[in-house]
Amino acid sequence: MAVTDAPRIVTARMGFKDSHTLDRFLSTGGYDGLRKALSMTPEEVAAQVDAASLLGRGGAGFPAGRKWSMLRKDPVTYLVVNGDESEPATFKDHLLVERDPHQLVEGVLIAAYALQVTQAFIYLRGEFAFGLERLTQALNEAYDYGAVGQDIFGSGFSIDVVVHPGAGAYICGEETALLESLEGKRGFPRIKPPFFPAAIGLYGQPTVVNNVETMSNLPWIVLHGGAAFAALGEGRSTGTRLFALSGHVKRPGTYEVEMVKTTFRDLVYAPVYGGGVRGDREVKAFVPGGVSAPWFGPGQLDLPLGQDEVGNAGSMLGSGAITVMDASTCMVRAAWRITKFFARESCGQCTPCREGSGWLERVLRRIEHGGGREEDLELLLDASDNISPGLQWPPQQTTICVLGPSIPSSIHSAIDMFRDEFLVHIKEGRCPVA
Amino acid sequence: MSHLRPDIVERARELVSLYPEPRSALIPLCHLAQEQDGWLRPEAMEEIAALVGITAAEVRGTATFYDMLHTEPVGTYLVSICTNIACLLGGAEELLAHAEARLGVHAGGTTPDGRFTLEDAECLADCDRTPCVTVNHRYVGGLSIEELDALLDDLAAGRRSDEIPPHGTLVRVRRNGGLRVPLAQLAAERAAMAEAQADRARAAKDEEAAQAGAAGGSQGSEGRGTA
Ligand SMILES: Cc1cc2nc3c(=O)[nH]c(=O)nc-3n(C[C@H](O)[C@H](O)[C@H](O)COP(=O)(O)O)c2cc1C
Ligand code: SF4
Ligand code: FES
Repeated sequence: MAVTDAPRIVTARMGFKDSHTLDRFLSTGGYDGLRKALSMTPEEVAAQVDAASLLGRGGAGFPAGRKWSMLRKDPVTYLVVNGDESEPATFKDHLLVERDPHQLVEGVLIAAYALQVTQAFIYLRGEFAFGLERLTQALNEAYDYGAVGQDIFGSGFSIDVVVHPGAGAYICGEETALLESLEGKRGFPRIKPPFFPAAIGLYGQPTVVNNVETMSNLPWIVLHGGAAFAALGEGRSTGTRLFALSGHVKRPGTYEVEMVKTTFRDLVYAPVYGGGVRGDREVKAFVPGGVSAPWFGPGQLDLPLGQDEVGNAGSMLGSGAITVMDASTCMVRAAWRITKFFARESCGQCTPCREGSGWLERVLRRIEHGGGREEDLELLLDASDNISPGLQWPPQQTTICVLGPSIPSSIHSAIDMFRDEFLVHIKEGRCPVA
Repeated sequence: MSHLRPDIVERARELVSLYPEPRSALIPLCHLAQEQDGWLRPEAMEEIAALVGITAAEVRGTATFYDMLHTEPVGTYLVSICTNIACLLGGAEELLAHAEARLGVHAGGTTPDGRFTLEDAECLADCDRTPCVTVNHRYVGGLSIEELDALLDDLAAGRRSDEIPPHGTLVRVRRNGGLRVPLAQLAAERAAMAEAQADRARAAKDEEAAQAGAAGGSQGSEGRGTA
């Protein structure tokens, strides 16, 4: 089992019960990264992040350094942190917020300095009542300590950071919908182009949007240098990453592992991670990167946890959410539940997504409930094809955002991998598994 | 007579002052109104509209987009049971069915005594403890049927009221102090922003004129974005 000795970068403090307090933070190197950053020029800080090859941890995996370099120069620019975390089976960002809120604040300040933005916002999912309290508390402490606000640590650099609660809408995790929501509107994604946030973002001004985990890596990168980060992992996938492991494993949880050097099998079976499948059953299938990702079967367990490795195999690491389904799982039900989620959360702007998700959900529900028809499988694939023509990977997009093209992923995977199971449901009106 | 209490209005004004544009405070203000009333009363929406400078219809139109903002009364305890994929694999459907039978309401319903609202929730981001349950958005762990029964007993008897405030109270920690960057500095930035916007509008117009007939860009994609 490859459990590498890579350092813990974002979870280093989590062994301490008081990891969220300023005292613990300061006694374990807290705000040293910020002090160091302030002693460098903004360009030097950005260069370290670029050298680290830090890929965004929110889902799309875009290099943070490159995104930063695209920020259009303007008198007023914004930094917005994406803490909406609602991709099903993803549960890592709120741990970072609850258990090490100062690390997140420090990361935000480093980014704000490197980007020389005028103001920063941290958008947290509204349901994170506890996280909102912890982060607000941490920010209050950081202000008192002099790390936020005016003339930080006497450097002459000033920045205000605002914690902003969402109110329950998955789509607000999509960065342009998030900006709409932050402007006090419904979370309707904007069309790109022209609304790439780096060009036209919050209040029409250039804006960088980065994920909570992406930000939380910055203090370490500044302290140890981009090269040290890039020495971990392999190729484009550098450093460590948090993986949220759920489903039929003995030890579900969030684990920080070195990228590429670790495989899905390591994560599922290593005693320090998943510890194997419950009841020592076989893996039937697993979702490798959140429910927007196509599924993998046992044959893909040995793939390395790397962005390109998983991408080339026809899926994505996405939000780092891995859900294991064992032999007792009804795949019709799994696909139906995921589709129901999309049908509920579609914002309704685009017809293929709005209408298609509802259709697909109803057809899957009737198959699951024993009322399936023979033509239903073709109907499912045809409707999916209307949302994302060709059903290829990465998917074609006919809609404003990629929620729509994510809908077919699980349906297509389930039918591809478990057609016989669907046929038994349809012909015999019962589930051959459960 | 104002419907929102003076202390709530004071906090609302503070929140508005944190943002470059008042409307940005809309969701935080809706949460505040729910802290006072448990849900978003029409009178509250009127006052929020005035505080952020939009119409009450705009407030309602925005609020109804969001699951956490309720324009109908909600029970004192909003019990949310996640039935999404990880919790489904952990027995969420059985737990929800039990909760429905025990409370005598379907998911989405409120008990006649106004004590409980039951919710069939999407992923609550605590998927290693399944089936995941929250009460008024506080995690209470992954619960067995027996544990859920005990929890409902406790809530009904008021035994959990310290850790779980009535529905609507989201954040009990208050940001200490208002805007930290001097208003004068922000005002200068606002002016610069307006100027930049005007510049851009002019530039766009010029470009449009210059490029009339040129091919449009391809459908942009950030790659494959998800949570
Ligand atoms: C439907 C949808 C939901 C998303 N949800 C989230 C989310 O909850 N958190 C997040 O960080 N990114 C989410 N994203 C990705 C963001 O659009 C964006 O790529 C990301 O915040 C950029 O940060 P990063 O570069 O640091 O990863 C979502 C994207 C889509 C299309
Ligand atoms: S694809 Fe779906 S979620 Fe995205 S903008 Fe269109 S309707 Fe809304
Ligand atoms: S799937 Fe239930 S909490 Fe995430």
